[in-house]
Amino acid sequence: MADVKDIEIKDTAASAASALGAAEAQSDDLSDLEGEKLTLNMGPSHPSTHGVLRIVLELDGEVITKADPDVGYLHRGDEKIAENMTYTQFIPYTDRLDYLAPLANNVAYALSVEKLMGIDKALPPRCQYIRVICCELARISAHLLGLGAFAMDVGAMTVFLHTFTEREKIYNLIESLTGARFTTTYTRIGGLARDLPENWVRECEQFLDGVEVNFDETERLLTRNKIFVDRTKDVGVLPLDVAIDYGVSGPNLRASGSNHDLRKVHPYLVYDQLDFDVPVGTVGDCYDRYLVRIEEMRQSVRIIRQCFKNLPDGPVSIDDGKTVLPKKEKVLTGMEELIHQFILVTQGVDTPKGQVYFGAENPKGELGFYINSKGGGTPHRLKIRAPSFVNLSALPYLLKGSMMSDTVAILGSIDFVMGESDR
Amino acid sequence: MEALSEANSIQAILLFGLLKVVMVVAVLMPMISYSVMAERRISAAIQDRIGPNRVGPFGLLQPIADGLKFLLKEDFTPNHVRKAYFWLAPAIAMVPPFLTIAVIPFGSTLGGQNMVIANLNVGILFTFSVVSLGVYGIVLAGYASNSKYPFFGGIRASAQMISYEIAMGMSVVPLFMLVGDLNLGKVIEYQASGAWLIFKQPLAFIIFLVAAFAETNRLPFDMPESETELVSGYHTEYSSMKFALFFLGEYAAMISVSALMVTLFLGGWTLPFMGLDTPATTILGGLLHIGIFVGKLSIFMGLFIWVRWMLPRFRYDQLMDLGWRRFLPLALLNIVITACLLWITR
Repeated sequence: MADVKDIEIKDTAASAASALGAAEAQSDDLSDLEGEKLTLNMGPSHPSTHGVLRIVLELDGEVITKADPDVGYLHRGDEKIAENMTYTQFIPYTDRLDYLAPLANNVAYALSVEKLMGIDKALPPRCQYIRVICCELARISAHLLGLGAFAMDVGAMTVFLHTFTEREKIYNLIESLTGARFTTTYTRIGGLARDLPENWVRECEQFLDGVEVNFDETERLLTRNKIFVDRTKDVGVLPLDVAIDYGVSGPNLRASGSNHDLRKVHPYLVYDQLDFDVPVGTVGDCYDRYLVRIEEMRQSVRIIRQCFKNLPDGPVSIDDGKTVLPKKEKVLTGMEELIHQFILVTQGVDTPKGQVYFGAENPKGELGFYINSKGGGTPHRLKIRAPSFVNLSALPYLLKGSMMSDTVAILGSIDFVMGESDR
Repeated sequence: MEALSEANSIQAILLFGLLKVVMVVAVLMPMISYSVMAERRISAAIQDRIGPNRVGPFGLLQPIADGLKFLLKEDFTPNHVRKAYFWLAPAIAMVPPFLTIAVIPFGSTLGGQNMVIANLNVGILFTFSVVSLGVYGIVLAGYASNSKYPFFGGIRASAQMISYEIAMGMSVVPLFMLVGDLNLGKVIEYQASGAWLIFKQPLAFIIFLVAAFAETNRLPFDMPESETELVSGYHTEYSSMKFALFFLGEYAAMISVSALMVTLFLGGWTLPFMGLDTPATTILGGLLHIGIFVGKLSIFMGLFIWVRWMLPRFRYDQLMDLGWRRFLPLALLNIVITACLLWITR
């Protein structure tokens, strides 16, 4: 019988510090003049690390002298899994990347494979419009949660619940659209799983009217709130050049002053036919990141409204039996369709040899898929460029020199998802 | 004969004193648990939720269920704590708010008895010395937990409570310059004969109110707890009834500081109409005065709860900045102005 008391709980952080080769090395007499530094283990289970991020903080009083983010607690090996299944089979796995915006992941992945097959421009217009609507709904949903969690991290609980109520309505819409609230798996290679349900457009328009009121409420609670501004302004400043060096993308990059938005720079789907603005920050602090997200949601509403106005009729998938599953009645009656069905299900879509990279402007930043294909229905290698992972790499820079309490504001404003970062 | 009646009067004082203590504790404990309940219902209303409504009619038995849950939970003491202090801290956190209540006149008279447990001539000095003991529970908890997050909570608590203690103490000095007495009963008499002190000393009231938030560790000043960064601050390592004591201590502190504010600024148990500002002669009148006091107290409790769910949290350095660089000079200035006015008008 081993003695249970042998487990020393307090040693975890200490061993982490020594493993990282922290300041212990310079334990000469001089270092004592500066005072002892405290190594604090934040996470992987901590209320404001939004999942399983672990940060080893080195503190001098309340000031952070060093921060070392440690990712990988949610690693599932998605990229390797992709090599062992057909392109279509991997779509459900993309739900679980940025699990706050699964629809946007579905779209980004489908577009990557379609780009590999050279059919991304040939998609039916209705499909493209619906995909844009999906992406923007996902963006609103992700930003609502991001902002709510950010506000909660700096202490404003109520904002979180207000934004969460609106997300609930988005989930209801997604449920009637895809049949699932969370794991949508809505796109297919070459189209969509199904068309918009009846009345969906009207329900969504109602939601959009409501959510704009919610944005105003959120802004009333936060934007001019002296305490919130004090907590976020000039905190966690990320200058543009540093942001670019770290490869930061998405709202975090735009808050630093760049207008780099893949929807504008490399337009995909029908984004080039839609009218929307890209909000850009000036300072790159937590407050700018907050403002950029609020405005992005308003622009998303604008985009969805335009999509509804221009929404064309027609099929939602390309008319090619070699890419998209044929209708069930046809399979039961037609020989050709039966063969297509058999090949698609057993071997997957037929991709050409080659490699392709496609990046989509997701709520968190540029979600990119690099596919190396040796032909056939299975990727030889699939690399996911996860925006959260790249954005988190700027943490040591952002956290250094800030106060302990700023950590939560910075983490909240970076708005990351560990499911995507660790994939 | 003389000795006997003297003994009787001592007995009477003891008896009625004890009775009042029992009564106050018996009223205070449910008030604490129901203010927790009120907090949950009000926060639910603010956040578009329903709140606890399952236990008993309208969920009114929820506090009892909560209390039972805390009592029945395993009383777990982590292995790495300093045991004696670990056990001591929750008790220490609980006591000062109750002691504060002792000197506050919560009613006029009831059956010929003054409705104050201890009618001290130095009432307010006693209050402040007791309130400042409140920090020990938290600091001790942070120290005894022997763990980093509680340690941070404890350090922050000590700095915060000591700084705001000073601003708080300074803010009430003008009041007593006006009243000319430290007895809280006299403060109420003064307000009953003139205007409430909230109108005469609005600046003092604002400083006292903010300091009260800081003293009770409520949002936006809940630095020692700050759930999202320090997990739960000083009581991270506590569970079951020991945690409940901290929890109840926080609400008891809110009640006692609200009672203090009612007494100092809102005229205590008086209302300036229908003759409610003179001590009651009937039992009904006495009860009415207690009711008025509790009503005023509830306003402050509601304010505490409402503010908590509307505002984000300050950062540690901003909090200290506010305490030392804004409120303390303002409070001192207020003293000087009041002194000058008194000197001119005299």
